[in-house]
Amino acid sequence: MTGLPLLSLLVWTPIVGGLWVLFAGVGRGPSTVRAVALVVSLATFVLSIFLWAGFDAGTHEMQFVERAVWISAFDIHYHLGVDGISLPLVLLTTLMTVLVVLAGWVVIEYRPAHYMAAFLIQEGLMVGAFSALDSILFYVFWEALLIPMFLIIGIWGGPRRIYATVKFFLYTFLGSVLMLVALLYLYSEADSFAILDLHHVPLGFTAQVLVFIAFLAAFAVKVPMWPVHTWLPDAHVEAPTGGSVILAAIMLKLGGYGFVRLSMPIAPDASAELAMFMIALSLVAIVYVGFVALAQPDMKKLIAYSSISHMGFVTLGFFIAFSLMEAGDATSAALGVEGALVQMISHGFISGALFLCVGVMYDRLHSRMIGDYGGVAHPMPIFATFMMLFSLANSGLPGTSGFVGEFMVILASFKAGAWIAVLAATTLVLGAAYTLWMYKRVVYGPVASDGVAALSDIGRREFVILGVLAVMVLAFGLWPAPLLEVMEPSVEHLLEHLARSKL
Amino acid sequence: MMFQVYLCIVLAPLMGAIVAGLFGRAIGRAGAHRVTIGAVAISTMLSAFAYWDVVVAGNSGFDGTIYTWGVVGDLEIAVGFLVDELSATMMVVVTFVSLMVHIYTIGYMRDDPGYQRFFSYISLFTFAMLVLVMSNNFMQLFFGWEAVGVVSYLLIGFWFDRESAVRANLKAFLVNRVGDLGFLIGIACLFMYTGSLQYADVFDAAPGIVESTMPGLWGAEWSVLTFACICLFIGAMGKSAQFPLHVWLPDSMEGPTPISALIHAATMVTAGIFMVARMSPLFEHSETALSVVLVIGAITALFMGLLGLVAHDIKRVVAYSTLSQLGYMTVGLGASAYAASIFHLGTHAFFKALLFLAAGSVIIAMHHEQDMRRMGGLRKYMPITWITSLIGTLALIGTPGFSGFFSKESIIEAVHHSTLPMAGFAWLCVLSGVFVTALYSFRMYFLVFHGAERMDEHTREHLHETPAVVTVPLVLLAIPSMAVGWIFVEPMLYGSHFGESIQVDAGRDVLAAMAASWHGAAAMVRHAFVTAPFWLALGGFVVAWFLWFLRPDIPARIAHAFGAVHTVLTRKYYFDDLYESVLAAFGRGVGSGLWRVGDVRLIDGFMVNGSARGVGWLSGVVRRIQTGLLYHYAFAMILGLLLLVSLFVMVRL
Repeated sequence: MTGLPLLSLLVWTPIVGGLWVLFAGVGRGPSTVRAVALVVSLATFVLSIFLWAGFDAGTHEMQFVERAVWISAFDIHYHLGVDGISLPLVLLTTLMTVLVVLAGWVVIEYRPAHYMAAFLIQEGLMVGAFSALDSILFYVFWEALLIPMFLIIGIWGGPRRIYATVKFFLYTFLGSVLMLVALLYLYSEADSFAILDLHHVPLGFTAQVLVFIAFLAAFAVKVPMWPVHTWLPDAHVEAPTGGSVILAAIMLKLGGYGFVRLSMPIAPDASAELAMFMIALSLVAIVYVGFVALAQPDMKKLIAYSSISHMGFVTLGFFIAFSLMEAGDATSAALGVEGALVQMISHGFISGALFLCVGVMYDRLHSRMIGDYGGVAHPMPIFATFMMLFSLANSGLPGTSGFVGEFMVILASFKAGAWIAVLAATTLVLGAAYTLWMYKRVVYGPVASDGVAALSDIGRREFVILGVLAVMVLAFGLWPAPLLEVMEPSVEHLLEHLARSKL
Repeated sequence: MMFQVYLCIVLAPLMGAIVAGLFGRAIGRAGAHRVTIGAVAISTMLSAFAYWDVVVAGNSGFDGTIYTWGVVGDLEIAVGFLVDELSATMMVVVTFVSLMVHIYTIGYMRDDPGYQRFFSYISLFTFAMLVLVMSNNFMQLFFGWEAVGVVSYLLIGFWFDRESAVRANLKAFLVNRVGDLGFLIGIACLFMYTGSLQYADVFDAAPGIVESTMPGLWGAEWSVLTFACICLFIGAMGKSAQFPLHVWLPDSMEGPTPISALIHAATMVTAGIFMVARMSPLFEHSETALSVVLVIGAITALFMGLLGLVAHDIKRVVAYSTLSQLGYMTVGLGASAYAASIFHLGTHAFFKALLFLAAGSVIIAMHHEQDMRRMGGLRKYMPITWITSLIGTLALIGTPGFSGFFSKESIIEAVHHSTLPMAGFAWLCVLSGVFVTALYSFRMYFLVFHGAERMDEHTREHLHETPAVVTVPLVLLAIPSMAVGWIFVEPMLYGSHFGESIQVDAGRDVLAAMAASWHGAAAMVRHAFVTAPFWLALGGFVVAWFLWFLRPDIPARIAHAFGAVHTVLTRKYYFDDLYESVLAAFGRGVGSGLWRVGDVRLIDGFMVNGSARGVGWLSGVVRRIQTGLLYHYAFAMILGLLLLVSLFVMVRL
């Protein structure tokens, strides 16, 4: 297996497949297009399984590294590799893409070839962003990613899709321009665009703060952190189901990934200095946005706000690590960071599943408003069971993956400060309140209308999609050890690196 | 060998739940109840064996890992079992009551379309409860704790098309979550100061952190163990429905009666009691935490019992009685009489499950009528239900010789011996509680089984005793309601029944103090007739007999005369109003306000769209400069050049 450039295959298989679908598929029938898209996404997923099987969890070193000169004049390399932090994200990307292709199977009637192509190309770009080791390559993937999502929302989106896409694009684009400036500055200091070289470039405190803030502009928007989060609910509401799933499950994770791959190791002293600020923003996200979610009349908006609140645990887990390392408690720091990483993976499954659930209902009744539903459990008992599972997982029920990350982060954050843990733990009440209140109003109660009474339960295709996610949510909830094992050496290495001052 | 037995005890109900839940349609109704009852029967027998092995044969228990949940740094989080005298006792109680409820359900849910789903849920509950009591670490405890809460949520909302049911289950879950918040913080606190989530490690480390303090509110220094114990107890207040987190339990009666018996009387609600007893090595280090437990329990024991006097729904009366009895158990914990509390937990599980199932039997016969104002005189029609109810009632009020007598009397005596500062207040509460218990219990008994037949003609014609699947569990529960007290009072309270599993500080060991005057169970019964609780209970009975049997016209007049008190009681001390109209409304208001003002107006309106408008304005200005006239540009260029040159010159100078 080692002979094959696996990562390149993972990046380019879906892109080439997507281009084929785009150009050759338009003239053919939608069934051919769907079949090709499914085969391509499945092949990519199988390749990623090989990646996982060949991955050595005993080291923090980058694996499956590929390096070639790309633009020699600027010293830019085509440089790929994965470690324990990026591998799970790559797997998440390939799995969710298969599900999204399935989810768009018969639902998308308008330009199915373009739709499938957008998702396949996007998959390749996302894998590229998670495995890029050259900062310019990372930046290229990062920016290129915006285009398919822009098109997905803009073409297959809802009535206010233009407002949503412009807001989405400007928000994320403005942030990433500052990242580019930071990368160019770092090149002038390090004489290299290689991310691992940037980790070791010595930087003064002011320079670190400026670099950190430039990165923050890009990553905080992506996560999204309060107060630059308002693009997300709008984007979700207008996006088609598949777009929402990819957006919530994977694109948000790029922000979190950026913090651990770039901001924190490149500017460790600035990160430590600003950790309290970041913790405060995370807590605002958890509490403030949790309350806001409670007031949403639109299911997609509610889940979008819930995503922001849950992503608060990711940034919280990362930034409590600094004070814990300072106190010499490496185990708790690892608990926080790994909890945050687990939360990213778990949130991918759960938010993806919830958006798919809303999609199932939207496909039938063409409404996302909670008030239009009620008593869905009557006509759709199997669906109601799945949605119950995912709602409970979203409330952080032990035994589901939603619990693992929150539990680890709350345990670790108590050491960073009891009040941090108490505020973070309010999610136990708030998360359950907004999720289960929505569930009560939509699924429970007497049948609300003739439209609801006429709903048909999920078919085999939808059963497979939700079933796969249900298995994932339960498996990682009951036994997260394999995931933690993969992350452990890389996280330990990261923490050792963070503990060394660059000053 | 025992490890496999333990594994089987836990996994059998899980398998039953999965089969009945996922393949319910394929195996049919009979298939579903056979599978789940078979599985729980296996669990019950093996639990009895485990109990015999650990408690009777005196073999050492088990404390070990099943599998590693996750490893982070030096921390290994494992899933494992701790089977000792305490957990073995709980296992027997849980599986036995669960088995009875499974059998009873065949009759109670006979015509329900959700038959298989119901069996799946109650088996799943049995699994979760066993995981909780058999855990050897805090992570798994929290798993079991939340899992039983979820199944309770699913079962309260079992009839999900009833608005009242799905309101009640959401309320139950959220109130429990408030408790769980405290519980999780308590766990995090213990983890911080002991570095482990395993009971054994935490208990070993506890003596070393007795003096540790943490920064509290307003600059105060708080004792770590006191903080952790109170946080854990907040969890218990949610799960065991202690004041002021009690509000969910009466509403939980919206669920089918079998689960009211199993979950909301006998087992799940006692998880909090069990947990505090399990944590006795921690609570014993903090007098403050024990005092909190004592006072909360005392308030619950008395004031929740009073609510039973004004409820008309037969199940709600039993529910308030459950609240009150949970209060008794909690008081016992606070007085460091953990063994007495667990003993009362056990006897209560039997007689309260009996009372609930008897109430359910009445409800079946009355065609799902639950209002006692439309009952009366049922003893003629349902003799088995009548006699077993009477036995349950006698056990509940603590009639000498019945199981409830031994356990409740011991708790009252223990509180009397306690030296905690608030013990006097608690003793007054539990003593007056005895009178109240007898009063509401016999009020219910007379209203249901005696007096005028107040039901409509149609219902009366169809009144008859319920089928054997209902009455047999009643009889099987009536036997331990009478017998277990005699058998267990001596070994549990004064013997070595619990071995090392419960630890009590020597200076606070009230049961040891009581042991000095212990002369056996028979002597305790004889002695009862000269103690206050007996006469209080008798007084309660006589008053109830007078008011609801002899002169049923008087209660309404009393209610009228004491209108204000009566209103406070019927409004349940206004706690529901406080939580629903004030707290929940406040939460929704905050959410709505933050959204409309914070997100929509400030962030989007001012910052995002504001900056968009700013850019628009700027480009408007710039557009005006770009007139398109060549001489304007030329002029601007010359001006700029001059400016640059003069700047350059000035800087050089």
